[in-house]
Amino acid sequence: MTSPLQQKIKITGPSIITANRTWDGAVIYRTGTKSWSDELTDAAIVRTADEARALLSEAVADDLNAIGPYIAPVEVATDGAVKPGNMREHIRLTGTTIALPAQA
Amino acid sequence: MYAYDDIDRTLVNERVAEFRDQVKRRLSGELTEDEFKILRLQNGVYLQLHAYMYRIAIPYGTLSSEQLRRLAHVARRYDRGYGHFTTRQNIQFNWIKLAELPDAMADLAEVGIQSMQTSGNNMRNVTSDQWAGVAPGEVEDPRIWAELLRQFTTLHPEFSFLPRKFKIAITASAHDRAAIKIHDIGLRLLKNEQGETGFEVLVGGGLGRSPFIAKTIKPFVHGHDILSYVEAILRVYNQYGRRDNIYKARIKILVHELGIETFAAEVEEEWQQIRDGVLKLDDGIVEDIRSRFFYPAYETLPHMPDELRQAAHDPKFEAWRKNSVVAHKVQGYAIVTVSLKPIGKPPGDATADQMDALADIADKYSFGEIRVGHEQNLALPHVRKRDLPAVWKALDAIGLAIPNVNLVSDIIACPGLDYCSLANARSIPIAQEITRRFANHDTANLIGRLHINISGCINACGHHHVGHIGILGVEKNNEEFYQITIGGRADEGAVLGTLIGPAVPYAEVADVVEDIVEAYLALRASPEELFVDTVARLGVEPFRERVYATR
Ligand code: HEM
Ligand code: SF4
Repeated sequence: MTSPLQQKIKITGPSIITANRTWDGAVIYRTGTKSWSDELTDAAIVRTADEARALLSEAVADDLNAIGPYIAPVEVATDGAVKPGNMREHIRLTGTTIALPAQA
Repeated sequence: MYAYDDIDRTLVNERVAEFRDQVKRRLSGELTEDEFKILRLQNGVYLQLHAYMYRIAIPYGTLSSEQLRRLAHVARRYDRGYGHFTTRQNIQFNWIKLAELPDAMADLAEVGIQSMQTSGNNMRNVTSDQWAGVAPGEVEDPRIWAELLRQFTTLHPEFSFLPRKFKIAITASAHDRAAIKIHDIGLRLLKNEQGETGFEVLVGGGLGRSPFIAKTIKPFVHGHDILSYVEAILRVYNQYGRRDNIYKARIKILVHELGIETFAAEVEEEWQQIRDGVLKLDDGIVEDIRSRFFYPAYETLPHMPDELRQAAHDPKFEAWRKNSVVAHKVQGYAIVTVSLKPIGKPPGDATADQMDALADIADKYSFGEIRVGHEQNLALPHVRKRDLPAVWKALDAIGLAIPNVNLVSDIIACPGLDYCSLANARSIPIAQEITRRFANHDTANLIGRLHINISGCINACGHHHVGHIGILGVEKNNEEFYQITIGGRADEGAVLGTLIGPAVPYAEVADVVEDIVEAYLALRASPEELFVDTVARLGVEPFRERVYATR
């Protein structure tokens, strides 16, 4: 498999690094303190390709804890609130858009 | 039901132990994800958006009540209380934790359920007609051959690193319920003039980015030669299949590029060298497999029992019976399809409670047997006709007496963007909305047979190309859009649908489906003319006009 670091990194706006946690597959976000969080609000935000590359290589190096790290877009409001930048990331953060069968 | 022997049990248990060790080594860092990925894929473990997904094979769609109860247990204990039945007679759990997977596998292994080769570039679950062994007019039970092929292809070293995944389906009825024409190899069981069992062999079908309908490579291969013939096909594929390009790696591309004649000639040459070798079957082997399939001890029962006659006064029962019950090969019995398509719910999902209840119903009324079909519905294969009213009540109590089999709300849908990491767009909410629009049973009945198939991306797990109406999720500028095709079909007359026009946004898909259906109702020659037949007669133009006139 080609490492995400071998691909050309292009970002068009504020971005974060996200992956899935190894032991349970849960969605996680790379923080600024060399760890992972399951809260998007803890994610380190990068704004240039160089920053993205640096954070991504840190994330890729942590193969033990995280699977498939990649760069994902976010929207940052003027008050600093962070939201996922597309539908896929929205669904990863908030769960399926449908009620699960065994609920309700 | 098929009774596994010690070889099967040992194999499955060894596999669980091996996987437990692999998971342990992954979680301790001894294995990297790159090293581990191929191992987990060999065992049906994917990574989706929110979690791991675990895909379990239900060979030729036959399940015992004990197995179904165990699936319910896994759903409850290790997942979120439900499972998803797929178009390939598999069940998927969407929220399994890697650390707990070996335990789940071990629990399943105890009842003979396993997940070997449910993903990865190998031979996948061999699928068949969900009515195999009970359908009237069937040549013979195709599952005997499916089981032979299952044993032959499981862990076969030559088939473990194929250029790409490989899927086989078998049918033994004139009406193809196993969608053999969209499989890498499709087998149609038949008898030759001497009354010997054999197969029409089809090859090169498949959907995805480049859809193809399978072509006949040989009109008759004797049953005794079927393993060597399949082996010969696989050898030619292994030799020439495009390992360099994932989009061209399926056998359908090879067959298309070489042409069926050249491909057939290559296979023939290979086959002549091996057909009389160790792979030649004899009647003894076939009979041995056959003897391990158990059939119920059917009683002699009346064609029209009093219970059924009385229940016919209840219009709700009658609506369900007419829709979901079909003839069985034995008089006095019936096959009941259990629709897993409740209005407004995700297609193909069943909760643990429903699975448990169904297992009880199967024990009481269907000799403990359940079937899984490619339309993501279940079936009870041997119900005494006199028990039909009781079965209906029992199904109704768990929300599964839904009289919409083969109707517009009996939708095939892949998991789409709600779960799948490859998706462009959502499938399930589109399906839910369409079922709500057609919730009225009388309307759906008036429309008649109409299959809607939805995929969230071009991989086509929801068989959109062969839906009477096919819906494919695409992405346009970060928004969910859907391409709509009409006129596809997946049965013996399989054809790919035709695109009706530009993609439409998420919010309009159900409206478009309503427009198409209204156009059909206005255009059909008679109430007996099915939607696909109207499309075949008139082409897509009148539908296109109707849909895009106001868009
Ligand atoms: C994590 C979820 C899934 C992933 C990653 C996945 C992946 C894929 C891919 C990559 C293909 C295209 C293969 C090719 O053309 O070479 C494919 C095809 C297919 N998948 Fe899935 N799939 C998933 C879920 C499902 C589900 C839920 C079903 C059944 C409802 C399903 C049944 C099929 C079928 C029937 C095909 C098309 C037939 C064929 O040409 O092989 N898959 N899948
Ligand atoms: S069709 Fe695409 S979106 Fe749907 S399950 Fe398959 S890979 Fe995922």
